[in-house]
Amino acid sequence: MKTVTLPETLEAWRQTARQLLKQEIDPVNVNWAPASELSLDFAQEAPELDHQSANGNRHKVPAEFLAMAKDVSCHRDNRKWSMLYRILWKLTHGKPKLLKVGLDTDVVQCNQMIKAIHRDCHKMKAFVRFREIDDGKEDTENYAAWFEPEHLIVKRMAPFFIKRFATMSWSILTPDACAHWDKRELVMTQGVDKKMAPDSDDLESLWLTYYRNIFNPARLKEKAMQSEMPKKYWKNLPEAQLIPELTEKGKRMDIRRNWN
Amino acid sequence: MHSIEKKLAILSDAAKYDASCASSGTRKQDSLNGKGIGSRGGIGICHSYTPDGRCVSLLKILMTNYCMYDCLYCINRKSSNTPRARLKPNEIVELTINFYKRNYIEGLFLSSGIIRNPDYTMECVIEVAQKLREEHDFRGYIHLKTIPEASRELIAKAGQWADRLSINIELPKKSSLTKLAPEKDGLGIKASMQRIHEKESEYKAAKKSNHHSKVPHFAPAGQSTQMIVGADDSTDSNVLSTASQLYRSYGLRRVYYSAFSPIPDPSQKLPPSAPPLLREHRLYQADWLVRFYGFNVDEIVSKQNPNLNLKHDPKTSWALLNIDTFPVDLNTAPRETLLRVPGLGVRSINRILKIRKWHKLCLKDLSKLRISLKKVMPFICLLDYKPSTYSLDRLQNIRPETEQLQLFDPGLSPITGEL
Repeated sequence: MKTVTLPETLEAWRQTARQLLKQEIDPVNVNWAPASELSLDFAQEAPELDHQSANGNRHKVPAEFLAMAKDVSCHRDNRKWSMLYRILWKLTHGKPKLLKVGLDTDVVQCNQMIKAIHRDCHKMKAFVRFREIDDGKEDTENYAAWFEPEHLIVKRMAPFFIKRFATMSWSILTPDACAHWDKRELVMTQGVDKKMAPDSDDLESLWLTYYRNIFNPARLKEKAMQSEMPKKYWKNLPEAQLIPELTEKGKRMDIRRNWN
Repeated sequence: MHSIEKKLAILSDAAKYDASCASSGTRKQDSLNGKGIGSRGGIGICHSYTPDGRCVSLLKILMTNYCMYDCLYCINRKSSNTPRARLKPNEIVELTINFYKRNYIEGLFLSSGIIRNPDYTMECVIEVAQKLREEHDFRGYIHLKTIPEASRELIAKAGQWADRLSINIELPKKSSLTKLAPEKDGLGIKASMQRIHEKESEYKAAKKSNHHSKVPHFAPAGQSTQMIVGADDSTDSNVLSTASQLYRSYGLRRVYYSAFSPIPDPSQKLPPSAPPLLREHRLYQADWLVRFYGFNVDEIVSKQNPNLNLKHDPKTSWALLNIDTFPVDLNTAPRETLLRVPGLGVRSINRILKIRKWHKLCLKDLSKLRISLKKVMPFICLLDYKPSTYSLDRLQNIRPETEQLQLFDPGLSPITGEL
């Protein structure tokens, strides 16, 4: 049994995987352990960096695999690393068409994880809510948002917000990592506590007015709403505080209609 | 004089009967070059959902809900005693920009009641879009409701600033329009759709032949329309035939179906209650079958069955009436045939076609593809599976009834959960 350190980044995983592959170590014989659980002895057993193998690698994998690996590396579940190595092993040991068929258990699981990440990314684009910060200066506008993504996607999503809000200064704060844009460059910092984020914005009352009135109580469909906007997101959406009130209104209307 | 908050309340309440909130499929632009704000072009983003299950993608409001017309189904008709308000162009612009900066919305969907005359109203609506684009260099999405009687020049101008234009066809039959919206002119509405279609085609052709030089934009996300369902006696066959004609003749991107929502102080000419929302849902399913699954309208509804079956989705209904074409072999059937199998969507079909080049499909593969076995099993065969004659016989027995339940039949509520 070979014990290796669970990588933190895709690049670290690639180095480990390259080494394991070079030594022809079957995935069933690899133990992926968090660095904190490894004794010093074990840690030394971890493969050393070998920059040359990048070029000297005998194995060719489809570009599709690298794209998958890049995607799934954002997943919060660390089992992704051993899963990726199993896929890599199969691709290089007699199953080169594995991804094309896509019915292998690991590939199916990997695709499901990627799907969850894509959904999380899409929801981040939708549900980040900027609040204006008054820093005393008159001619600059600063915004900050608090968001709790399900996966490790903050850095990956930063370009979207840069393209859209290039001319604003903003920060997106999350428990994992923070992205800051000052109209010129992106700076990533460590995750913070929710207390660091602004908790109000004067404009929110107008947004709530809009949300309340665009709702049509004559066609209540709570399930449809919740499948697209699951409850886990509600706590950071200012408008979600109105949901119980609006749902109640819809139900009262329903009762009236049944009486008529 | 109302406060902004009050006006916003009145004018968003007035806009909630418009179904569309789409913001996809327009030209790509962002604000990376340091001017203005916003980005658009990819898949639209739904920034929120209200408990009616509808998405909030755009700030959807009326400029004003004062209106000269008296369309009976409309909350904003002249004779309605609903509270009235009007937002100034700058107020709408500011709301849009401020909402956008906080990432509440993708952009603006602006509509209006008709005041003074159609051209005047259209000019006011265009002014908002022009200010957003020119003064604020706004790069978010703009959808403008077009006043059908507005002049050709104004329609061209609206398309210059908007991503999408729309004119509501309102009702499936011309006779219903005459009865319920006497000031509206069905032919006029279609003539305006035609004008938009012509301008759109010109724009597309110019873009094609002229990749590098600047072509003035015209509504790159095309035009859409909305039809109210259940405010008149039209059948689903009327609705779908009208939609299909609109898709064909004017290249519409979308026809939205909006189940008639009861409004305060309704006219006696209107039905006393709303149609089941399920009817609206079935119409969307049928619309999808026509646009993406290769079905013709007359395969889905017919003279004998002018209404969609509420119990089964339209594809299943079709399959039950054409049971002889099943089972379909997922390993050999061509794409067009796969598209007709209940329970198979376009995405699953694309995957099946890709996989079967390398691998013969078995039953256990289907759940890995997240295909509902319960739904597809009676209609398919695979390497290791064939439906028994018994299950096909059973299907014969659950053929859809030839008569749809009456629209306002009280017996419907337990089935639909609506009303």
